[in-house]
Amino acid sequence: METLVNDLRRSFQTGKTMPYEWRVAQMEGILRLMNEREKEIMEALWTDLAKPRTEAYLHEISLSKAGCKFALKELKNWMKPEKVPSLIATFSSTAQIVPEPLGVVLVISAWNYPFALTIDPLIGAVAAGNAMVLKPSEVAPSTSAFFAKFLPQYVDTSCIQVVEGGVTETTELLEQKWDKIFYTGSGRVGRIVMAAAAKHLTPVALELGGKCPVVFDSDVNLKVAVKRMAIGKWGCNNGQACIAPDYIITTKSFAPKLVDALKETLKEFYGENPLESADLSRIVSSNHFRRLTDFLDEENIPEKIVHGGGRDEKHLKIAPTVLLDVPHDSLIMKDEIFGPLLPIITVEKLEDSFDLINSRPKPLAAYLFSKNKRLEEKFVQKVSAGGILINDVALHVANPHLPFGGVGESGTGAYHGKFSFDAFSHKKAVLSRGYATEMRIRARYPPYTHHKQIILRRVIDGSFIALFLGLFGLHRD
Amino acid sequence: MALITGKKCGDEEMGALGLESEVAEARTAFDSGKTKGFEWRKSQLKALLRLLQEKEDDMLKVLKEDLGKHRVEAFRDEVGAVAKSVDNALLNLKKWMAPEKLSLPLAAIPTVAEIVPEPLGVVLVISSWNFPIGLSLEPLIGAIAAGNAAVLKPSELAPATSEFLADAVPKYLDCEAIKVIQGGPQVAEQLLELKWDKIFFTGSARVGRIVMTAAAKHLTPVTLELGGKCPAIFDSLKSSRDKKVAVGRVAGAKWGSCLGQACIGVDYLLVNDEYAPTLIELLKGVIKEFFSNSEHLARIVNKHHFQRLCNILQDELVAASVVHGGSVNAEELFIEPTILLNPPLDKEIMTEEIFGPLLPIITLKKIEDSIEFIRARPKPLVIYAFTHDEKFKRRIVEDTSSGCVIFNDTLIQYVCDTIPFGGVGQSGFGQYHGKFSFDNFSNRKPVGRRSFLIEFSFRYPPWNEKKLQLLRHIYRFDYIGFVLCFLGLKRYSYRS
Repeated sequence: METLVNDLRRSFQTGKTMPYEWRVAQMEGILRLMNEREKEIMEALWTDLAKPRTEAYLHEISLSKAGCKFALKELKNWMKPEKVPSLIATFSSTAQIVPEPLGVVLVISAWNYPFALTIDPLIGAVAAGNAMVLKPSEVAPSTSAFFAKFLPQYVDTSCIQVVEGGVTETTELLEQKWDKIFYTGSGRVGRIVMAAAAKHLTPVALELGGKCPVVFDSDVNLKVAVKRMAIGKWGCNNGQACIAPDYIITTKSFAPKLVDALKETLKEFYGENPLESADLSRIVSSNHFRRLTDFLDEENIPEKIVHGGGRDEKHLKIAPTVLLDVPHDSLIMKDEIFGPLLPIITVEKLEDSFDLINSRPKPLAAYLFSKNKRLEEKFVQKVSAGGILINDVALHVANPHLPFGGVGESGTGAYHGKFSFDAFSHKKAVLSRGYATEMRIRARYPPYTHHKQIILRRVIDGSFIALFLGLFGLHRD
Repeated sequence: MALITGKKCGDEEMGALGLESEVAEARTAFDSGKTKGFEWRKSQLKALLRLLQEKEDDMLKVLKEDLGKHRVEAFRDEVGAVAKSVDNALLNLKKWMAPEKLSLPLAAIPTVAEIVPEPLGVVLVISSWNFPIGLSLEPLIGAIAAGNAAVLKPSELAPATSEFLADAVPKYLDCEAIKVIQGGPQVAEQLLELKWDKIFFTGSARVGRIVMTAAAKHLTPVTLELGGKCPAIFDSLKSSRDKKVAVGRVAGAKWGSCLGQACIGVDYLLVNDEYAPTLIELLKGVIKEFFSNSEHLARIVNKHHFQRLCNILQDELVAASVVHGGSVNAEELFIEPTILLNPPLDKEIMTEEIFGPLLPIITLKKIEDSIEFIRARPKPLVIYAFTHDEKFKRRIVEDTSSGCVIFNDTLIQYVCDTIPFGGVGQSGFGQYHGKFSFDNFSNRKPVGRRSFLIEFSFRYPPWNEKKLQLLRHIYRFDYIGFVLCFLGLKRYSYRS
């Protein structure tokens, strides 16, 4: 691994990743990869996750292509230095902020969107002019193999490398010195990544998860709201998505109506036998399958199931399941569910939900369905999350103008669009001065006299008038 | 003016339990929501300004006591600079707090979105000893402006200043939400075990690693403002006046600011062989002009660092390279401005950050070689270059990496609120000053809003090829294709 990193560093130091042309060539290569190898990508996603074709296309390929095209369109602007004003204290100087690549970066991606979560950071790292190693998740082995086999055919392998593997290889990678580590995955491993990065003072971006709550008001267009929420939950890898709704909070009085609407919508989407529906992803592995069934089998939980509960261990399928009023300290309410189980928590009045949410670790996203503007304002002000969406779910991930990332337990750092470019850049301030305005009185330097002190005060105060007065010895003190 | 505080705060004995309860109080204060309001933040910043004005003499006094700083230096580098930053924050606070409206692509219609900044929560600021007022209060300004509660742990190596802050801050600021906790490594360790929403650390790389490792346990984001060997490249300048001004600026940055104990001070000079003698003469002249009276220079902070610097000078080869100065005064903890010409590159003086008044001058065949020299070493906090050559300037910016680059001056980046201040690589990560401070302590939360009015049926299963095709068009923002497909007038195509 050390040799690999050294080679990449040598390549980076030749300066070949700096020019606009190189970065564009890489991104065009990635775009070609997505166009020419669409079939292989879809196959890999099907093998790894049984992801429905439309979902796979939509959430992984389409989004990645859009992100790549957006970066190609905007790159020239992003690379341009930004002129900023300078102040009187640094009078007669020009200032600008120049973005530069960090160097050699490590991207570790997750298994649930194994394609997109590798491509998205890759685009940011390339656009910013870095060399990199990509380590796709071993829990999605076909997609990982896809990258190892095909990516080298489309990009400059002297600067972009794919390393496959599990815990051993990842640990070895984490021991090397990187200029940035971009990690998508769980909080548990996020801690390990950050601790390893600390040894080399490497900055990190951690895209983690959390329990994304959905607060459901009764004053909504129920059919549309439930459909949007349902597609965000079960239409996103069957709930195995960091921004999928994790649990719902609604009023005791509204809950029955909500449950009915959910049942209807689920039947509409997935038919009478959801376990047979081709439009639902399977659970990624038997470990996760067991983890989820453990939630359902915990004491006192089975009677809370109001819809679904069916499972097919052989095919690792779990049907969309809705639960009502599980205890707040049950397993299913403790950790991120990451699956097709949807608990509904009820409260007396909707405002109580804000405190409930804030008493838990900060989620990656928080959602509210309501037409009540005041409630909406309060929600935005009071609830801390990586992102907030009103009257819809998960959409913000598709918008390249919005920073995508967590806060607190859900992570640190943001990306997508220009934020990806920034995530892999160092914004270097460049100040340029002349010699013309060196004050003869040279107030900056010792020996320090009272007069000099006055002048300094004026300068630092930023007041032109006071400065002139001070320079001429006219001051009020 | 009434202070927005809940109770009177006085001296308290701080045991481990006391420490935890102090931090818990800060969290309660934050959870109550009081730090989020514009009025609270404004009142705290105004109170800070009053502190800086009313306690100015006390501050100048403790800076003299801890570091031997002359009043004017102390004002210029710390008290005055912080006051300027508070003014800037007060002026811009409303603007910084305002949500930032965004434009969104048509396909997302009807969606409206904005980025809403919110505080992170309870933050820990650990500052360093060399600018004990500035490095404590600058981050604090950002933390307060962003609406956080904060705990400040000033450096125990500047004890008079630490004592001053522990005494004065609670008297002016909201002592439930803003705390000063004094102590050394043990107290720092205890604080680092707790869960913070952000840690802002200024200090050495060694301790930076410890801080980040501790933060990793709680997934706490950190900013590390570290150091490095900041070089000053000295190209030949035509006019003799420019030369003098440039040398003055270098001397000011090396010896005039905490006697070289500054993260952005000039660590060493790079100059070409022929020019070195002239440079040395100019430097000697400026040293005489500015620093004849050692009252106008700071002191080494303590015996440990004094000894460290003496040890550097004691090495035979290093001692042989001294061309000016070199005398030390153990009682005063003073070392006079010292110039060395080409000390060995493998000795500590050229492998570690000097943080003292020793100025190595490294000569090169041609000045352009300075770029390679710098590239071969860890990324510094700043690269200074004195040159008029525009091509050379461009090469320096493009071919080196550092926190920032300053042409033809020194230290000014510290007082410029419009540029980000921070390191890269071994010199740290995270930036502050001005709005960058506000952002550093904020969570920039995107908020998207949709209405129920427009709804696309093709968003939902059961899936079919037509829905897939409609979505392809939408993602390409191909509205015409979308409409045709929707109306059945366009065939499905598998071309992307």
